Amino acid sequence: MSNTHADTVAFVRDTMLPQQEPPPSSVGAVGWARANLFSGWFNTILTFVSILVIGFVLYEILSWVFSPTWNAGSLRECREILSAGGEATRGACWGVIRERWIQLLFGFYPADLYWRPILAFILLGVALAPVLFADKVPSQLIWFSAIYPFLFPWLLWGGTIWGPLSALAGFVIGYFVFKALSEVTSTLIGIIAAVVAALLWWLVLSGYVVDALNSILPIGIQAVESRNFGGFMLSITIGVVAIACSLPLGIVLALGRQSDLMIVKYICVGFIEFVRGVPLITLLFVASVLLNLFLPPGTTFDIILRVLIMVTLFASAYMAEVIRGGLAALPKGQYEGADSLGLNYWQAQRLVIMPQALKISIPGIVSTFIGVFKDTTLVSIIGLLDPLGLSNAIRADSNWNGVVWELYGFIAAMFFIFCFSMSRYSMYLERKLRTGHR
Amino acid sequence: MKKSVYFGVLTVASLAAGAAAAGTLDDVKARGKLNCGVTTGLVGFAAPDANGVWEGFDVALCRAVAAAVLGDGNSVEFVPTTGKTRFTALASGEIDMLARNTTWTFSRDVDLKFEFVGVNYYDGQGFMVPKELGVTSAKDLDGATVCIQTGTTTELNLADFFRANNISYEPVPIETNAEAQQQYLAGACDVYTTDASGLAATRATFEKPGDHILLPEIISKEPLAPLVRHGDSEWADVVRWTLNALISAEEYGITKANAEEMSKGSDNPEINRILGSEGTLGEMLGLDNAWAKRAIMVGGNYGEIFDANIGESTPIALSRGLNAQWTKGGLLYSPPFR
Repeated sequence: MSNTHADTVAFVRDTMLPQQEPPPSSVGAVGWARANLFSGWFNTILTFVSILVIGFVLYEILSWVFSPTWNAGSLRECREILSAGGEATRGACWGVIRERWIQLLFGFYPADLYWRPILAFILLGVALAPVLFADKVPSQLIWFSAIYPFLFPWLLWGGTIWGPLSALAGFVIGYFVFKALSEVTSTLIGIIAAVVAALLWWLVLSGYVVDALNSILPIGIQAVESRNFGGFMLSITIGVVAIACSLPLGIVLALGRQSDLMIVKYICVGFIEFVRGVPLITLLFVASVLLNLFLPPGTTFDIILRVLIMVTLFASAYMAEVIRGGLAALPKGQYEGADSLGLNYWQAQRLVIMPQALKISIPGIVSTFIGVFKDTTLVSIIGLLDPLGLSNAIRADSNWNGVVWELYGFIAAMFFIFCFSMSRYSMYLERKLRTGHR
Repeated sequence: MKKSVYFGVLTVASLAAGAAAAGTLDDVKARGKLNCGVTTGLVGFAAPDANGVWEGFDVALCRAVAAAVLGDGNSVEFVPTTGKTRFTALASGEIDMLARNTTWTFSRDVDLKFEFVGVNYYDGQGFMVPKELGVTSAKDLDGATVCIQTGTTTELNLADFFRANNISYEPVPIETNAEAQQQYLAGACDVYTTDASGLAATRATFEKPGDHILLPEIISKEPLAPLVRHGDSEWADVVRWTLNALISAEEYGITKANAEEMSKGSDNPEINRILGSEGTLGEMLGLDNAWAKRAIMVGGNYGEIFDANIGESTPIALSRGLNAQWTKGGLLYSPPFR
């Protein structure tokens, strides 16, 4: 039956056709363009309009950017070069960047000592590696990271080696006091005694010891005054210190805010709310102006140090709230689970709570970092010559008076590089730490 | 208890302030550096060059004082100050003197407790308009939009001027001079008003400076003066007479080039007293007798400093005008060195 039927219906094919390529108009670039750009008359019109707009903007920007003014010595020379080229008078005046880019990077730092900030920032990368890329570097490197906070200021400010060493000694003293006392008495007494001992060392004793050691063994490198700091070096210094110090401070504040100890809790709440309640620029004015009036004249409390402290406090208050958000997002079961394992408070925080809370808060933490880094430009208001302050000072040179876009463009590009890499790193970290509940 | 501690600290601080302020001259000598407050950047008056060396009209005065006191015009720490931080920096002792195109006004002198030591530049508020507007006098500016920096005395002067002449204007508030240049060139305002020296400097940066004119009216007095803290007259005298020495040097023809030679003695006793070959004026100031010679030899006399930084040979091209010697129709008039 079926056989006869097969013969009678001649148009039914009983063999497979060889597979064919898809039509060229639906694959590759053409296919993509058809599907995404020209999928209907309305989309086609939109595509052409967009191309025109993008082309116009690009043409305007690129013809401005590619201008043969790299070697000009002043705005006037730029204009002569441009008008000689017949391009009317459009075009950037890049001579200012050629002449001043080093100043925009290093401020007034002595030229023969540029290797010091460069080395400091390269070593910063090394010191950060065990923290940022823990799985890719040997774990012994963490010791270098521990020493680095003392190496960094020494490289930048110079001076005697005994200064950073005595700062380090404060921590060592504190550690031994804690160790000795916490075994005999309670942990809390140990902590308090250690802090007191370290403060006593830093504020009272270390000055004399440093002087004495320095007169016996004057080892050191040339000192550089804070006033010579400027440009991106200043921004990065303030940014890095504020970022590095605000994270631990923020964690402590966030934990303090959730603490059951009433005094600790209200101190933390008060601090956070106070700092978040005032603008950063107010704190900077306090640092530059008010402290000056209150301290007895003659006390030299370094302006950059004052700014560093203020920016750090500011950042840590925000950081505390970001981390508190992470803590709040953790289910209560995690706390109870840690308790049921018999972990004490600090063990529970270190092993169970914080790793998860910090992971949740990564986007917020990095946002705060980026925000702090960009906020460093506010120091130009109090007379420190960060990149924005310097751009004003450069325009005050009669050769470059009137140059605006080139300077701001350069500064914006530099800031973009730093902020964008921070943001990419945070995405990398999120992917790496994704343990997946999805 | 807490309050008393607080007041105690304040008292100690202010006592210490008094003690320290009593001897700025000694402080500077002991330190070996003069801390001089300048602007963070104003064309012709103070700006760092590509090597970070400060230059300008105000800077030259700092260097002259440093040379008079310390013997070296480079023994200066230039402390950039903004309009907001300048007075506290001086009051708190962070800087020894402020040479930052600051207008000498009653309240700053009396209420803020500073001592202005003399005028180093007579400025005044002017107007710049595009030539094509066809305006020749500020009184024709009825209904004009005016770019003006907010929070300055120029803003108040402008309101006064327009009200006195019974004409109206529309202010376009701007924050910085750089912003003003952009706004003015983009046509956001018909008129830009600020100090005449600033207008000249701004116009010099334009592609076609000839297309813009400065109107003849100067509607305010802006005597720019260096200042020091109240209550330290010895130090104020040093700064004041260094400025006077520069002005007198121009009057008597002492220049950077010939000061050394003239200091060996000349026929004019006034020159001899300035340069220290006669009399003991330097000792009266607490300095040595060659103080003024050193001050003059750093950047030259007042006229040379003017010409090098803001004069007609520079892009800013300011004419001497009010800042000429009194013998040439200007206001510069130094008391005698006697």
